[in-house]
Amino acid sequence: MAEQTLREWLLTDTPTSRRHAKLSALYQGWLSFRSNTMAMIGLGILVALVLIAVAAPILSPHDPFVQDLGNRLLPLGTEGHVFGTDSLGRDILSRLIYGARITLYIVALVALIAPVVGLLVGTVSGYAGGWIDVVLMRITDIFLAFPRLVLALAFVAALGAGIENAVLAISLTAWPPYARIARAETLTIRSSDYIAAIRLQGAGALRIITRHIWPLCISSLIVRVTLDMAGIILAAAGLGFLGLGAQPPSPEWGAMISEGRRFILDHWWVATMPGLAIFTVSLAFNLLGDGLRDVLDPKAGE
Amino acid sequence: MDKLLDIENLWVRFPTRQGVFDAVRGVSFSLGRERLGIVGESGSGKSMTGRAILRLIRPPGIVEADHINLGGVDLLKKTDKQMRAVRGQRISMVMQDPKFSLNPVTTIGDQIMEAYRLHNKVSKSGAYAKAVEMLNAVSIRDADRVMRAYPHEMSGGMGQRIMIAMMLIPNPEILIADEPTSALDVSVQRQVLDIMDALVKERGMGLIFISHDLNLVADFCDRVLIMYAGRIVEVCAADKLHEAQHPYTRGLLNSLPRLDAPRARLEVLRRDPAWSETPSVSGRV
Amino acid sequence: MALTDNKGEGRASLPPWIKTTLLTIGSIAVTMLGLLFITFIIGRVMPIDPVLAIVGERASQSTYDAVFLELGLDKPLIVQFLYYLWDVLHLDFGTSLLNARPVSEDIARVFPATLELATLGIIIGILLGVPLGVVAAVRKGSWIDQIARVLALVGYSMPIFWLGLMGLLIFYGILGWVGGPGRVGIFYVDVVPSVTGLILVDALLDGNWDVFKDAFSHIILPASLLGYFSLAYISRMTRSFMLEQLSAEYVTTARVKGMSEWDVVWKHAFKNIRVQLITVIALSYANLLEGSVLTEIIFSWPGIGSYITTALLSADMNAVLGGTVVVGLIFILLNIFSDLLYRVFDPRAR
Repeated sequence: MAEQTLREWLLTDTPTSRRHAKLSALYQGWLSFRSNTMAMIGLGILVALVLIAVAAPILSPHDPFVQDLGNRLLPLGTEGHVFGTDSLGRDILSRLIYGARITLYIVALVALIAPVVGLLVGTVSGYAGGWIDVVLMRITDIFLAFPRLVLALAFVAALGAGIENAVLAISLTAWPPYARIARAETLTIRSSDYIAAIRLQGAGALRIITRHIWPLCISSLIVRVTLDMAGIILAAAGLGFLGLGAQPPSPEWGAMISEGRRFILDHWWVATMPGLAIFTVSLAFNLLGDGLRDVLDPKAGE
Repeated sequence: MDKLLDIENLWVRFPTRQGVFDAVRGVSFSLGRERLGIVGESGSGKSMTGRAILRLIRPPGIVEADHINLGGVDLLKKTDKQMRAVRGQRISMVMQDPKFSLNPVTTIGDQIMEAYRLHNKVSKSGAYAKAVEMLNAVSIRDADRVMRAYPHEMSGGMGQRIMIAMMLIPNPEILIADEPTSALDVSVQRQVLDIMDALVKERGMGLIFISHDLNLVADFCDRVLIMYAGRIVEVCAADKLHEAQHPYTRGLLNSLPRLDAPRARLEVLRRDPAWSETPSVSGRV
Repeated sequence: MALTDNKGEGRASLPPWIKTTLLTIGSIAVTMLGLLFITFIIGRVMPIDPVLAIVGERASQSTYDAVFLELGLDKPLIVQFLYYLWDVLHLDFGTSLLNARPVSEDIARVFPATLELATLGIIIGILLGVPLGVVAAVRKGSWIDQIARVLALVGYSMPIFWLGLMGLLIFYGILGWVGGPGRVGIFYVDVVPSVTGLILVDALLDGNWDVFKDAFSHIILPASLLGYFSLAYISRMTRSFMLEQLSAEYVTTARVKGMSEWDVVWKHAFKNIRVQLITVIALSYANLLEGSVLTEIIFSWPGIGSYITTALLSADMNAVLGGTVVVGLIFILLNIFSDLLYRVFDPRAR
């Protein structure tokens, strides 16, 4: 077996260890993901977004905050300002590049908070059963009964405008579906024989939930989170547009649209460019989510 | 014996990512006013054969044949519209599980009357009377109540009798029964078969009985085709089935327990790759 | 849906339908209570002092204390919540700080505008989305299926307020095909008497075609926009429901009977997705009420979305919470409605 290539090692039918089997499964998932062109395009856009955000100071031709009132509302393709300038003469391209950081920041925070809360509530609810289940699921239902954007608006109103509060508000409205998914998964896993076997060996509830139930809920949650990312970006942009998210002069894309709205009929590019940026990124997340769903959760696909 | 149906060199193909998959490979047989059994394991192409006759294989599946003659006319040459006049009215089909083959949100009465009115220009009340008569013919007593009921309110045996009534109401010449009793309780299987048999005989129809159950087919049919991997490997009279020669049929028979010849250990079917390579045996008479 | 999964054990003596009804009512009541509790808590967390908001910065300490007691702010939180419940049950959401009018009156005034917009939007969404989804499923993989897929993908990824701006830019600014922001042009404001509050209906009742045409030219763009977003969702869901039904065996039965493909699709398969479709439509109608928040801002549409947002920006908390409660209640009512229709259309659920 000395001449075995890495590829053959990964594609073996007879894995030699647990880690071998895991890597092999990952590699096969990657192969099937890679054959999905649209999903790869989505992944490519998102990788590019991360790189742009990291390298923002190098990539942006101007300082995104420096105003130049003599050069305000320059059209597309102006020398030195490819995407033109806004009403305060700031370079739109530079602001878009820095805005990528804010978008990623929001997405990452929500993706850390909402699914974790949902996972906790869902697995506890599903594993404990009884009145704990009833109470937790009733609370979940109440949050689901709210229109999400309106609830987020009310939360931001109570907490005050700002990017962290926007993240908190979005997370507060985003966790219930995750709790539902995690509970459903837990219910099926809980009654399986191997959980009974582990319990007979003396494992406690905490160990069963964290070591045996959570890992199995992860893949369906990842798919759902990726598919929800587009919605989160749109919600964050909506809050920014309403002036409830990132505050000026922060180059948040939604706030940039709001700013450009006043000039839409005469200087259309000011609002158009950030909108295209939002569209591209949320499209990328949707494409990636579809692809991931096909790999990780084939049953849920059409 | 007059030929109702004559099929020569039937192929059913499905293009897949790995290339074309041949589900049925050059099958020929004919059907008179008889009960013709088609036996085989799952994946042998027996169901596909039944559906290909009615041209029910959906794209991307492809049906090819030298001819599928019904009363001397090739079904493959018919337009879709002409084909619709064949379905139901001349060839009908009963499927495996009435739980799935009846529309769950339409009353049984509407479904039966629809089958009749598609091919007969009659008033609603005329169709109703005919449907009740047909339900009585499949030994359903309180037909009026059943007409108003929904499929989920029926038992499996009832459902399959309703299916038979529905499929025979336009008075077709040929009935294809695709595993009609496999989903039913053993206790009602025989009853459903007897009802079907009586109706088919009484109307002088041809019956194609598709099943995986060798004993049932040997019991119930006149002639049997044994299919393996999309081909017919053997044709024999049903009462001579236990004298079948082909190693596959022999293997199948030997893997069944027999009350009259108990054995300590049943044989396991050993497959020979050559079986799927040898050309199809013709089942034409 | 939240209202269907009742698993409680009722008393054996009660007939099942009474049991289900009681459980449903109970679960609705709990959900509504929870909704009110959340809005109540949000109101308490607010950094705005409700007393100061009423008496003003320069009021004396005694006036302040009087109002403090009048509002019941000295009582325990739970008592305050009960006061709040009592008020809401009497449709009293307090007074708007902006115009000193009861919030309930304001909502009654702005709500028809949202209703008109969202209803026209959902009609567009259903009329285009359902057939598109059905055709995409029947002709799976064809060019029309691809178009439906792209339309939905773009719909899921597009910020609604930005698309609205682009729509205004192109169809109003450049092409001049539609009316601009607002419900009617400036010459037609208050021309027809307000009977239903829905301008299209009012204009028809009055027989005033000019107003109707003008109102229509104003509503068509925002309604199409909302319609597009519900189309994206409705067509996708319709497609996947139909695919599931078309692979069902009863569809083969219908074909065996000799039915035309059109009848197989519409009389048999489609009939089986009605129930699921109703839920989807109710859900997307609820989403439209929500989506109208941003759309109303773009089109200066004087509906509940504009109302809530304006109130928010001026820290008019009574108005914000009143609006939130009303939209929340409509969400719950839509759920109940789709639940009831479920029982009408599905014989298995009766």
